[in-house]
Amino acid sequence: MQPQSDRASTDQVWEWLAQVPDPEIPVISLTDLGIIRDVEWQGDTLVVAVTPTYSGCPATSIINMDIETALRSNGIEKLRLDRRLSPSWTTHWISEAGREKLRAYGIAPPIDGTAADGRLDARVARMAGESNLVIICPRCGSNHTEKVSQFGSTPCKASYRCTDCLEPFDYFKCI
Amino acid sequence: MAQGDTTIDRTALFEFLTRMGDNSLILGHRVSEWCGLSPVLEEDIALANVALDLIGQTQLWLGLAGEVEGKGRTADNLAYLRDAGAFRNLLLVERPNGDFGQTLVRQFLFDAWHFEMLTALKKSTDARVAEIAAKAVKEVAYHLERSSDLIIRLGDGTDESRARMQAALDDQWSYTGEMFLADDADRAVAAAGIAPAPDTLRAAWEKVVKSVLSEATLTIPDGSYAHKGGKRGVHTEHLGFILAQMQFLQRAYPGTTW
Repeated sequence: MQPQSDRASTDQVWEWLAQVPDPEIPVISLTDLGIIRDVEWQGDTLVVAVTPTYSGCPATSIINMDIETALRSNGIEKLRLDRRLSPSWTTHWISEAGREKLRAYGIAPPIDGTAADGRLDARVARMAGESNLVIICPRCGSNHTEKVSQFGSTPCKASYRCTDCLEPFDYFKCI
Repeated sequence: MAQGDTTIDRTALFEFLTRMGDNSLILGHRVSEWCGLSPVLEEDIALANVALDLIGQTQLWLGLAGEVEGKGRTADNLAYLRDAGAFRNLLLVERPNGDFGQTLVRQFLFDAWHFEMLTALKKSTDARVAEIAAKAVKEVAYHLERSSDLIIRLGDGTDESRARMQAALDDQWSYTGEMFLADDADRAVAAAGIAPAPDTLRAAWEKVVKSVLSEATLTIPDGSYAHKGGKRGVHTEHLGFILAQMQFLQRAYPGTTW
């Protein structure tokens, strides 16, 4: 058992987790993504609460393995990962730094107000020609873009194309 | 959990949870059959992602069902080791894929119901049900947005696409009534505030369905006949073929893992 004084501080653990890349979008870390919800010591066991992004996201089990590997390599012996479903993950939890990293990587970051919850309102606004939701092309910065498909290369993304530079790109959709 | 503690309620809750899980499992499997075969790449990806969401939700619903049942069965056990008579999905979701129009109409009619059901379940008195619903409804909102858009595009499309969409709607309309029929298990979970009574979802479902179909210039078929039986385990012949494929590996090589 690790003596109380020797064990890593939770701040230290957060720093370690900030070094673990998302397996599918490796430019952002697990903490950028906002899926680490809590880190605490319960007695001599470190408990990390992780929330899944999408129910069926195949990266979930890889993420748990990566967390375990990272913490064990930093000397954590007793470790428990708790799945936390509620409150459910939202793209609001992606950090500002994470959004910039996504953009630099070629993925348009999520824009508030594009969540499907507001789909009926959005449809009304679109039909009335009032929608001002613009997804900016992450490559050339143009605001002339169009949706190709509501779904993209992973569950969390939609497919867009830029009508100026003509490049296709992923948009990290709001959820 | 106060309400779930009596045996009769636990049976009804298990029944309800397997209905939710089996709907997403069977539809998820059906949709996954399109992988690599759909008309355009973007739709192939969209179908695979919708299937993935549904299978993910299945793990949550059937995982909780196994927990509530208390006999040590996992989501995998329930998915792979039950026979057709123990499945509780709506007959609609086991309908064959047919052409792309058939697949889309089935998806849209289900998505519109699924969205209303999950929205209502967010207020469930059972916190475990409410948290699964809160997560799933965000995914399903995108499913509904996509299927609505495509119904409109293809319904209000060419003569060929419109004819196929109308034929699909004529074929599948009579499978929607089962969504709103209640039995004792539905009444028990509704009385406990765990889930809405099925018929209370009809008005909101009809509003979305009528508005989209009207924009799609499609005509809702006459007649209120409802095929039913799936919710109590009486299925069409299609389910057996789905299970033969889906369960083969675990039946032939019990307990095998990746």
